[in-house]
Amino acid sequence: MEILVYGTINSVSLALMGLGFAMIYGISRVPNFAHGALYIICGFVTWTLFYKLGLPYFISIILSLCVNGILGMFMYRFILIRVRGMNISEIIASYAIGLAIIEGLRYGGFRGMNYTLPVFMEGSLMIGNVPVDFHRLIMMVIGVLLVAGLWVFTHHTRIGLALQGMAQDERAALMLGIDSDFMAMLAMGFGAVLAGVAATLILPLGNIVVESGYNVLIMSIAVCIVGGLGSWMGAFFAAFIIGYAQILTVVFIGSHFQMVVALLAIILTLILKPSGLFGHQKELEERV
Amino acid sequence: MSTQESRKERIDRGIKVRSDGLYALMSWRELSYLTLPRFILIAGMLSLPFLVPGMYWQRVISIVCIYAILALSFDFLAHYVGLVSLGGAFFIGTGGYIAGILNSYFSIPPFLTVPLAAIIGGAFCTLLLLPCLPLKGVYFAIVTLMYPLFMARIIEAFDIFGGTDGLIGIDSFASSFAEQYFVICMVLIFLFGLRRFVTTDRGLIFTAIMDNDQAVKASGINITRYKALAVFIASSMGCMAGACLTHIYMWSGISQFALDFSILPIAATVIGGSGSLVGPILGCLILVPVSELLRDFGTLRIVFYSLILVGFILFKSGGIMEFGQRKYEQFERWTQI
Repeated sequence: MEILVYGTINSVSLALMGLGFAMIYGISRVPNFAHGALYIICGFVTWTLFYKLGLPYFISIILSLCVNGILGMFMYRFILIRVRGMNISEIIASYAIGLAIIEGLRYGGFRGMNYTLPVFMEGSLMIGNVPVDFHRLIMMVIGVLLVAGLWVFTHHTRIGLALQGMAQDERAALMLGIDSDFMAMLAMGFGAVLAGVAATLILPLGNIVVESGYNVLIMSIAVCIVGGLGSWMGAFFAAFIIGYAQILTVVFIGSHFQMVVALLAIILTLILKPSGLFGHQKELEERV
Repeated sequence: MSTQESRKERIDRGIKVRSDGLYALMSWRELSYLTLPRFILIAGMLSLPFLVPGMYWQRVISIVCIYAILALSFDFLAHYVGLVSLGGAFFIGTGGYIAGILNSYFSIPPFLTVPLAAIIGGAFCTLLLLPCLPLKGVYFAIVTLMYPLFMARIIEAFDIFGGTDGLIGIDSFASSFAEQYFVICMVLIFLFGLRRFVTTDRGLIFTAIMDNDQAVKASGINITRYKALAVFIASSMGCMAGACLTHIYMWSGISQFALDFSILPIAATVIGGSGSLVGPILGCLILVPVSELLRDFGTLRIVFYSLILVGFILFKSGGIMEFGQRKYEQFERWTQI
């Protein structure tokens, strides 16, 4: 029972981390290696707004999400747009931005164990015989709602359909009057906001530490690769696979191996089936 | 004459054109034009230990050379074989650990552990990377980025080879003089060896694999074998650098798998000029001392060099080397449109 409950919670939090990365890659084909940095910066902006400026918690969350979205769009508009389509440069540029943000935050004094965000709701609930606190439940509900919302957004709104069109065939989308650069910028913004949502939901459970930015990046890449790069549903299912696998290893082998599982999943997936479990990439493009 | 009515044109210098062909052998001027840049590089590298003051900066020379070897292997793999490897730390760590194990468990002296680490480490890395060789582009980059992290976690989790403390008490080189000249000579040998190598038949096949692997396959050439060979060359260079690093610090540990070793050589390659093989060395000669100078600022130096990196990628993607080469070989003038 414990495994079931905590496996699900872990899986949802992984899915939250991975969704933003999957969205940006799916639409603009830019592997956003600054994802972890966007995640962590959202936590710190929320913290600053809440504790230093004394804004209400809810408003500071909304504001920091906006900041994140704008940051993501700026990143695309002024930096990544110039290297789009060049794989090496995309990875290096986005990774360098991420590194600059994370290490800049570390230099700015945000380190150590004394940065925490309050949980949304105190108290806990018994599911079967496992105590689960309300915050984790809220996180799960929001996570599921977010995935459902994204599905509705991409299938039933104009912008969502345009984004989907671009993901499928950029040239055809261009011919139908979809501004691909604008859409890619929007996708980057949405991806950054999703990273921020993940941060505001997950960070209250522990301390805000700068190093977790790197872990979030690795986990989101793991989820996206196992699920198939560019496939959101794939990322969601892969999050469940990796999430349960991690909890199982923690219970039966030891918590040291938690990260090993994720890395092993990436390496094995890439070797055995590079397009991922649910990917629809053309096989020829990625392997000979 | 306003700038709108004229444009800049670049024309090869006469001496460059003359020294392109066999005419270069006709006069000392052409010969020296050809050999001067190479001579400056070799003489400069060899005289570095005499020019640099103090123990601290002497040590920096060795570090520069280690990064330079790593950057060379990255440049070779990325721009002559088409495999973008973000796993420089994987090579360094493997080489470092192998040298450490050979030295502390079997007490083999440094002048044997370094070549042994290069060969064993190269074989080990190639074996582990063999399944990922069919991957291309972003997929290969991601999987190689994961390997060093994976190795570090494995060592941490199984608590082998000293666990988180690492292996301590490893022998150093005979003297700092030997240490510096060994790494400097290695850089020069690898540089000119690789430059020669990429123009041989094998090198041509590598370039062809980068340009169009299907065509190479259609010509009846086993591309996986050639890719494995390229990875072996690059990884044994990296492992040799790692082994030298272990002996210089007399320690090998998990931090040799750190991302620094993956990112700094790439930054150096981008800044120096990618695809030129000399560029990475110039990049390391600039970046590593700068990052040492900025050591007081702590992690701010990482911010600093990632910003430089972004700037170079966006505005000068050719790097310093391309710029310098253009100035050396061509002149510019304004012409009427």
